[in-house]
Amino acid sequence: MTSVSDAVVLPSAEPSLLRRPRATTGFWSWFTTVDHKKIGILYGATALLFLCLGGIEALLIRTQLAQPDGTVLTAAQYNIAFTMHGTTMVFLMGMPLAVAFGNYLVPLQIGARDVAFPRINMLGYWIFLFGGIFIYSSIFLGGAPNGGWFGYTPLTSSPISAGVLPGRGADFWAVGIVMLGIGSVTSALNFIVTILNCRAPGMTLMRMPIFTWMMLVTAFLTLFAMPPVTAALTMVFFDRNFGTTFFDAVKGADPLLYQHLFWLFGHPEVYILILPGMGIVSEVLPVFSRKPIFGYQVVVFSGIAIGFLGWGVWAHHMFATGLGPAALTAFGLSTMLIAIPTGVKIFNWLGTVWGGSVRFSAAMLFCLGFIAQFTIGGLSGVLHAVVPSDTQQTDTYFVIAHFHYVLFGGLLFAMVGGIFYWFPKMTGRLMDEKLGKWTFWTMVLGFNLTFFPMHIVGLEGMPRRTYRYGSGLGWDVPNMIETVGAYVLSIAVLLFVVNLIVSFRRGQPSGDDPWDARTLEWTTPNPVPEYNFAEVPVVASRDEAWHRKYTEDAEGHLVRLPRGGADSGTAVATEPVSGKGAPPAEQGGGGGGGHGIHMPSPSYYPMILGAGILAFAYAAIYHSLLLCTVGAIVVLFAVYAWMLEPGTEPA
Amino acid sequence: MTTEIAVRTDEPEPSGTGLTNAKLAMWAFLASECLLFGAFISTFLLYRRRSEGLTPRDVYNIPFTSATSFILLMSSLTMVLALAAIQRGDHRRLRVWLIATCLFGLTFVAGQVFEFTEFYREGLKLSTNLFGSSFFVLTGIHGAHVTVGIIWLLSLWGLSSQGRLTKLDSEKVEIAGLYWHFVDVVWIVIFTVVYLIPQ
Repeated sequence: MTSVSDAVVLPSAEPSLLRRPRATTGFWSWFTTVDHKKIGILYGATALLFLCLGGIEALLIRTQLAQPDGTVLTAAQYNIAFTMHGTTMVFLMGMPLAVAFGNYLVPLQIGARDVAFPRINMLGYWIFLFGGIFIYSSIFLGGAPNGGWFGYTPLTSSPISAGVLPGRGADFWAVGIVMLGIGSVTSALNFIVTILNCRAPGMTLMRMPIFTWMMLVTAFLTLFAMPPVTAALTMVFFDRNFGTTFFDAVKGADPLLYQHLFWLFGHPEVYILILPGMGIVSEVLPVFSRKPIFGYQVVVFSGIAIGFLGWGVWAHHMFATGLGPAALTAFGLSTMLIAIPTGVKIFNWLGTVWGGSVRFSAAMLFCLGFIAQFTIGGLSGVLHAVVPSDTQQTDTYFVIAHFHYVLFGGLLFAMVGGIFYWFPKMTGRLMDEKLGKWTFWTMVLGFNLTFFPMHIVGLEGMPRRTYRYGSGLGWDVPNMIETVGAYVLSIAVLLFVVNLIVSFRRGQPSGDDPWDARTLEWTTPNPVPEYNFAEVPVVASRDEAWHRKYTEDAEGHLVRLPRGGADSGTAVATEPVSGKGAPPAEQGGGGGGGHGIHMPSPSYYPMILGAGILAFAYAAIYHSLLLCTVGAIVVLFAVYAWMLEPGTEPA
Repeated sequence: MTTEIAVRTDEPEPSGTGLTNAKLAMWAFLASECLLFGAFISTFLLYRRRSEGLTPRDVYNIPFTSATSFILLMSSLTMVLALAAIQRGDHRRLRVWLIATCLFGLTFVAGQVFEFTEFYREGLKLSTNLFGSSFFVLTGIHGAHVTVGIIWLLSLWGLSSQGRLTKLDSEKVEIAGLYWHFVDVVWIVIFTVVYLIPQ
């Protein structure tokens, strides 16, 4: 059940070069691990680091805008700040954080011992990390990206010599995003195959936890959204470096082509960001309401519907570009249409909480905060579907308010809630609830202080991406409030990080199932063994973990089953084998030797292959044949070694 | 432990879709590639009538490109024969057909290099006009895909020569074949849209 492609077994006489590393613990093991849980934690930790970087950039922006005619940043620095803030939050924080949850949870939720492609999984992480470092390294190597996170042409595509956009920033940005896209596609492939192929017996598609469902939809979106933007950025890069004329209007080109290609990626990207958050909320609400999710099928199918409709709305980002009445009408209507499955989900969540015995834990609070704030963001989103109204709002702070309500008030609240909820599974300790509630209320206060006034100044016409504004326009007070809010927000993030660190060190031991939860991951012992399940669970129902714990008596009252006493017999299968919880795993080698479970050994090659791709990226920037050769050699070496290394290293 | 590792059977791992992991991943990857080529082909189509200066009619040599296209399509046939050979356990023929596929592929790439040089000599460069930009980037990316395929097939040939590709590994050949056929099919679209449909 581990994996087909990675279980390459070859005749024993291997050159020592291809020996796989054995250590599965200790500092260096994090560089070679192929354990999806460790990779998930790597993704999460790195994404939180980038969250802090993006947050600092946001604070710079808000400090500059605190008062009219701000002098903290120059116009050029301001351009870099908002470009890097957007790029970081979308590509280096939002997507990887979702992948972090997916990596950790999907195999556990579907009763799998591993993902389908453990090494490709790790490769995705290295490409993400190297891609992030690559983009940020531009600051020291001739100018950071400064053309906005969607990098419109011909601004970004004009050759360096034209001097339209100073510095190499746009090159770093284009190549970096392509690189991150490769990483995202590898991880999407892994999710798709894992979810479709590696489910435990009985885990039918319609028994899968909603989070897993949403990760499946997200993976398909990623798979199809990345190629158009890769093509667009390739053209940008060629225009800038090799004299092509893809976006040169003088030569008859259509700069709108870029916008179409970019938003054909960019709008599904919005759902790539939000669907995992919706999945998390759909997991947390039922547990803390002690009710199954209301309308499981509807939640799943509306998620799929969002996935499909998400492809037909991209041009609503381009209403101000003169597309013509037919296109405007069509895309306006499709945008209104996609509000329906989204709205349906909101009612499903309300129906889940309604009449439940609600426990207001920190995780629950963040998810309730998600519903409230995401709804506000969704409503302002529907306003954008109305073309005349959108024309008024284009490029104003109203748009900023809208997408921060869905992505910060929505996505990030769900993610933080998810961390509070799954932290015990990841560490065996509870996060501090009191501090968590303080974090929640500080974050709600700071968030709304920061972004609500943007609706108002936006409607009054305050343009986005402008590094200062004059006094006397009536924007002084709202902007000051926004800046104060941003600092309150940073306090909330600080509280959260402190909570993470303190709870990791000294948090209360949680036990295996602190929330009395419903899904399979909570049937594993803490810490989760490398092979997840000593015996692959046989799944008999949706909310499998719950049905192993509870049954109904004749009057329909909930009765707790004695541990291991389920009449179905399935519960016996996952009883911890020894009193300590985890069976004594043989260290090194395949791990889990006590059960004869073979897990793939760690591998060096994902890291080496990632480094080869990084060399290619720098070669593209500097037009360096030398770096290109180095990259090709490293990539070829890594690929061959990857294919030839044995599946497991005998202990 | 080692004895358990050494056991390999012909039975596929149980999977939700009935496809093995590697094959499902390849299908999904090819679906993704469709959009990459789709984006470049759309760009070419959009810019067909907007381009100024040299036109396709000025530079194309349709009989020549038809010949190399035919050779590329024939390589799909030899790829199928290679797969059939390893499935029968006929390793000698596997290697023959793999090499034949590579040679056909190489001929195609060589033809493309020749074609690019000719066009360049006739004055069509990347920077000449929209036709030059979109033509060279689209067909260049396709050529890069063919090149990757050739390296892949040569690697399989090398493995087979060392006796490291057994009958049980036929799926490795099959997956390389999926990629190879995909690249061929994309060429059918490119050849039709870019070369044959009159401007």
